[in-house]
Amino acid sequence: MTQPSERTASKGRLGLSRAADAVVRRAIAVCGLIAVVVLAAIFGFLLVNAIKAIREVGLWTMIAGTDWYPTTEPPVFGFLPSEVGSLWVTGVALLLAVPLGIAAAVYLSEFAKGRFKEIAKSIVEFMAAVPSVVLGLLGLAYVAPVISRTFNVDSGLTALTAGLVVGVMSLPTIISIAEDALYSVPKELRQGALALGNTDWQTTYKVVVPAASSGIFAASMLGLGRAIGETMVVLMLAGNSGLIPTSSLQAARTMTGTIAQEMGEVVRGGTHYSVLFAMGLVLFAITFAVNLAADVVLERQRKKWRR
Amino acid sequence: MKVSKKVALSLVTVLAFGAFALTGCGGAKTDGASGTTETADAELSGSITVSGSDTMVNLAQAWAEEFGTENPGVMVSVKGGGSGNGIAALINKTTEFANSSRDIKEEEVTQAEAAGVNPVTTVVAKDGVVIIVSSANAVADITEENLGKVYRGEITNWKEIGGADAPIVLLSRDSSSGTYGFMQDEVIGKEGKFAKSTRNLQSTQAIVDEVSKNANSIGYIGLGYENASIKPITVDSVESTVDTVLDGTYALSRPLNMISNGEPTGVAKAYVDWILSPAGQKLVADQGFVPLAK
Repeated sequence: MTQPSERTASKGRLGLSRAADAVVRRAIAVCGLIAVVVLAAIFGFLLVNAIKAIREVGLWTMIAGTDWYPTTEPPVFGFLPSEVGSLWVTGVALLLAVPLGIAAAVYLSEFAKGRFKEIAKSIVEFMAAVPSVVLGLLGLAYVAPVISRTFNVDSGLTALTAGLVVGVMSLPTIISIAEDALYSVPKELRQGALALGNTDWQTTYKVVVPAASSGIFAASMLGLGRAIGETMVVLMLAGNSGLIPTSSLQAARTMTGTIAQEMGEVVRGGTHYSVLFAMGLVLFAITFAVNLAADVVLERQRKKWRR
Repeated sequence: MKVSKKVALSLVTVLAFGAFALTGCGGAKTDGASGTTETADAELSGSITVSGSDTMVNLAQAWAEEFGTENPGVMVSVKGGGSGNGIAALINKTTEFANSSRDIKEEEVTQAEAAGVNPVTTVVAKDGVVIIVSSANAVADITEENLGKVYRGEITNWKEIGGADAPIVLLSRDSSSGTYGFMQDEVIGKEGKFAKSTRNLQSTQAIVDEVSKNANSIGYIGLGYENASIKPITVDSVESTVDTVLDGTYALSRPLNMISNGEPTGVAKAYVDWILSPAGQKLVADQGFVPLAK
């Protein structure tokens, strides 16, 4: 670190800047730690509040329970309807958003030109700023009636309806992150591929997209995180029934929706209250696992590219 | 520098307004006491906090405003958040009154006693629960017994209760709603369960919207929410009106409560007394609920 040429500079100044360096480095370390501490605190908070439920109801009884009747006598707390509902809504959302989002990102990064590209990109970013309750209203007014007519189901409030709108919500996340990943693929790779006689399209799908695959994967995972955590749209559109949905055309409830709906009126510190925290814990564990899996895949990919 | 000056300036403005508002209130109070010879109410001063039921929040706000106008020395602040939150606040002693559209639960009474709080319930108004169907639906009446069967999922087709051959789409509020609790206790039965296919919507408005669009649906709402796009049906041949709720002939009605720590005293007592007086009960009717007496 101490290079001879630097010694010629004023010693006092050097000491000062070194001290500043150390302070800044520590400050940044603290900032990094804060994220970890907050995460641990959230986990601890959920766990402390969920202990009563785990003790009285049992973790497995909740996770694998098929019935959700929180207010009957005696209450029945089974998470399966919410878990499967979350799965359907998120699945539909990703099925819509991932292919569409990646295609849009490829187009914006590789084929769109000039002013149009700029405008399209800002529109995508603007999409992210639309409040979810507004999308929920649009879903109620336009998507739900179409679903109920097209599939001839008794009501338009289904997992499919919610999934489609949630998919639209996670599009901007996927597009902008995937677009960033594609954009940061070095020019040399593109030029090399073109020089070998590939067409633009061949260059894109043979070279650029594979090179950016880890970023695209990360984009999809963040889209998944966005979808699984979405609450308002689901509350408005999914129907929130107690069924364990066997198709996307049934009404479903999700974990986020159940927590949001029922937290307001439960007895503070009661069993139902604690059970909702246990559900939060399960949701936390799922999102944590998804992120961890994504991280592992990304890390593997990075190693592969380094070689 | 400019920015901080602006911030400081706006802070000063806010503080000045605050001070003005406070002294303004005080001034009005003394005026009321010395100038006009009003009732003893005019000498009331203090503040009351009310929190709880979302069903009651508009009503509570209307009471607070009217009472505040009549008694400028009294400041009533109203918070929503749900009956459970209100009762929790009462137990934590952060509110004088908890609004509750359901009765206090045994679990909560135990908690309250442990915290040294003695919950006393005052019924301040009534609410009728109206059963609604689409205006395209031929069914115009349902017995309370059949209503229970429909919501328990024992009757699943409209033709069984005199309608067209079509499946019944069940709509309900979510379990946090006081109205849901009422349906559970009074219609489904404490032992019974809502059918699993029941859709739990997050607001009364959402139920109204879905019923108006879906010809096969049935839902329940509060008395104040009826409109032209939906059709209220009679229960045991009794129409849901303020009169039928009041005289008890309409089966589906529930009390709206204010819960306090012990019998209310001082300003709080004056507030409850005023709410129960004709002046307070008039606002109940204005808000679409049922006053305790006509």
